[in-house]
Amino acid sequence: MIAYIIRRALYAIPILIGVNLLTFMLFFVVNSPEEVARLHLGDKYTTQEQVEAWKQEHGYDKPLLYNPEAGGLEQLTDTIFYTKSVRLFVFDFGNSDSGRNIGHDIRQRMWPSLAIAVPSLLLGLLLNATLALMLAFFRATYLDVGGVVLCVVLMSISSLFYIIGGQYLVGKLLQLVPISGYDTGFEAVKFLILPVVIGVIYGIGSGTRWYRTLFLEEISKDYVRTARAKGLSEQWVLFRHVLRNALIPILTGVVVILPLLFMGSLITESFFGIPGLGSYTIDAIQRQDFSIVRAMVFLGTVLYILGLLLTDISYTLADPRIRLR
Amino acid sequence: MWVVLLTDFFLYLLLAGVGLYVGFVLRTPHLRHAWRSVMTRRGGAVSVVALGFFAAIAILDSVHFHPRLEQPGAQVEYSNEILSVFDVLVGPLRTHVERTYSAPFAYHAHSKETRETPQGRVRVYPRLEYGGAHLENPEQERGWDITVRVLRGALLGAGVWGFLWLSAWQIRRLRGRKPRDPGEAAIPWWSVGVTALLILMLIGSVTQLAGAYHVFGTDKVGEDVLYQTLKSIRTGVLIGTLTTLIMLPFAIALGITAGYYRGWVDDVIQYIYITLNSIPGVLLIAASILSLHVYLNAHAEEYTSLAERADLRLLFLCMILGLTSWTGLCRLLRGESLKLREHEYIQAAVAFGVSGPRILLRHILPNVMHIVLITVVLDFSGLVLAEAVLSYVDIGVDPSMNSWGNMINSARLEMSREPPVWWSLTASFVFMFGLVLFANLLSDAVRDAFDPRVKR
Repeated sequence: MIAYIIRRALYAIPILIGVNLLTFMLFFVVNSPEEVARLHLGDKYTTQEQVEAWKQEHGYDKPLLYNPEAGGLEQLTDTIFYTKSVRLFVFDFGNSDSGRNIGHDIRQRMWPSLAIAVPSLLLGLLLNATLALMLAFFRATYLDVGGVVLCVVLMSISSLFYIIGGQYLVGKLLQLVPISGYDTGFEAVKFLILPVVIGVIYGIGSGTRWYRTLFLEEISKDYVRTARAKGLSEQWVLFRHVLRNALIPILTGVVVILPLLFMGSLITESFFGIPGLGSYTIDAIQRQDFSIVRAMVFLGTVLYILGLLLTDISYTLADPRIRLR
Repeated sequence: MWVVLLTDFFLYLLLAGVGLYVGFVLRTPHLRHAWRSVMTRRGGAVSVVALGFFAAIAILDSVHFHPRLEQPGAQVEYSNEILSVFDVLVGPLRTHVERTYSAPFAYHAHSKETRETPQGRVRVYPRLEYGGAHLENPEQERGWDITVRVLRGALLGAGVWGFLWLSAWQIRRLRGRKPRDPGEAAIPWWSVGVTALLILMLIGSVTQLAGAYHVFGTDKVGEDVLYQTLKSIRTGVLIGTLTTLIMLPFAIALGITAGYYRGWVDDVIQYIYITLNSIPGVLLIAASILSLHVYLNAHAEEYTSLAERADLRLLFLCMILGLTSWTGLCRLLRGESLKLREHEYIQAAVAFGVSGPRILLRHILPNVMHIVLITVVLDFSGLVLAEAVLSYVDIGVDPSMNSWGNMINSARLEMSREPPVWWSLTASFVFMFGLVLFANLLSDAVRDAFDPRVKR
């Protein structure tokens, strides 16, 4: 098991190198730092001196890959590629284009992201699994058909509608909770209720439908027929046999997104003014702050790979038939 | 003078491809059977009709030209502006531009203005230039006028429907009725007819109303919201279809090659798609679009018109979305061809000395097409929804382009006005909901009909 985990972690290295090279290409080769500087400085009549000054201030004035002027090892390290891309591997994200330390910002902003993402995930899981089990219990009745149709309708509504509609209805018309903002400590709860509820409602459609197919797949298996033949009641069959076996794919599906919860939700956080990593990323995109976007791409990749690893491990824990070699 | 924008070109290519596919389906019995079973599901049949309506608008909106300038003299001059056939068809919708916000069916502006009168200054709602301008006494006449127009339009639509239905029936009778195979379910013509009738009646009423009112109101600069949301259909449909069109060749070629050859080819291809797949989608799109921004900014002088620039950006968006979404299909195809290559008929082909590429084309490709089809239809609705979100984050289509995302983005702050300006949001959400809902219904029907794993 431990050997397996180590081997999988080693597999991640070439992938991270690939992602790193790809982002380096996107940000420094496709467009030279010169053009980036001109985009940031804005108007057409920027002088060359201003461009050079901007590049020096943000550390873009070095050669891309190889620095012939420096001596020894510095020929490779005193370059944009080393300072901006290779340093990511040790999670040194450097400073953003506006001069703040990215690593510090990330550590501070991940807590509000988690405060929204974790309750949304847990509540959503509970609600979707309950609804799906109910549809599976009433399978092939009008209730089931109607439920599935309702799921498709819910799935077809844009996430933006849930957010804007929810803010308008609950925040503005009923004035139950504040529309947006955030606070430290326990006070934050009243800001979190609405985003969490909306996140859960948004997930009902696709989640319930997906879990329902999982349940129905289990119900058609032989051991369920055996259980019924033994004379077990339908409720017992559903809860003791079907639910427990269908939980394997459900939980492993959840495990893969667990690490990504840190990244937060881009849209929700920016609509509700939550100072998490999602709104951090959105702000960076809108201000065209390339350093932050690069850091988030790398961090997201690391977390995704971690999620895949956790998924494989959780399979072995949940299902003893799977042996990892 | 006709112009073919880049996205237009790809749409024509797509239409040609769809045409070829339809021809192929009609000649291939098992495909014809599968598509027939899509149409026998009520959801499938209804959504085919409704999606046809969206597709028709998108296609009409993709035939572009430079209008001729009206001027005396022999010299023919063309305007720099690019219009589409659809713009000409909807005529007044495009040209009836008010000064600023007005509510749906309003005859006066949304906010009061100060007017100088002999009695001094008064705050009044100014009458609109076009909306309800034909009414002498709007307060009393408007309700009746709207009712009359709706009824007239609905009757007109019903008339057109009746004509079409009768002629279809007549053609069917003249050609002679082919007996249906026993065991084959009937196509629910009833639902098809009702859907078509409803759509035609709706079109009829809206055309009757649109000449005299702003059915969905007007936006901040006074543009008709109905016009904007109808124009957005093209953007949505293009993003949903072109993205898959662009990614398909890569996904199919790499997927089946990896699965069939295995060994180092498989390792390389797997490495490529795992690497791309491990970057969270939104971030990869953001990174690519940002670097596109820089590129467009540095080469700003190369594009003659705003429309061409917006068009290029739309195409790039489709490519980037394609880049992030081909990995899923590639993985499915790899898995399927890994399974297929062990089948006897492939072994037989190998034994007969058929070359590798030929086996891929003749034996593997046709047997994975159902996966491709299901994925294409399944992805469509997700892409339409993604456009709105991406445009909200400023990494979607060009801000000058009509799209639901842009409409929502520019209108969302107006909900906090008093009274709120709700119509832009409502119009874009309703149309987007319609397109996505029918696409979801169709994808369910297609999956049921083509996926061998679904038990029937």
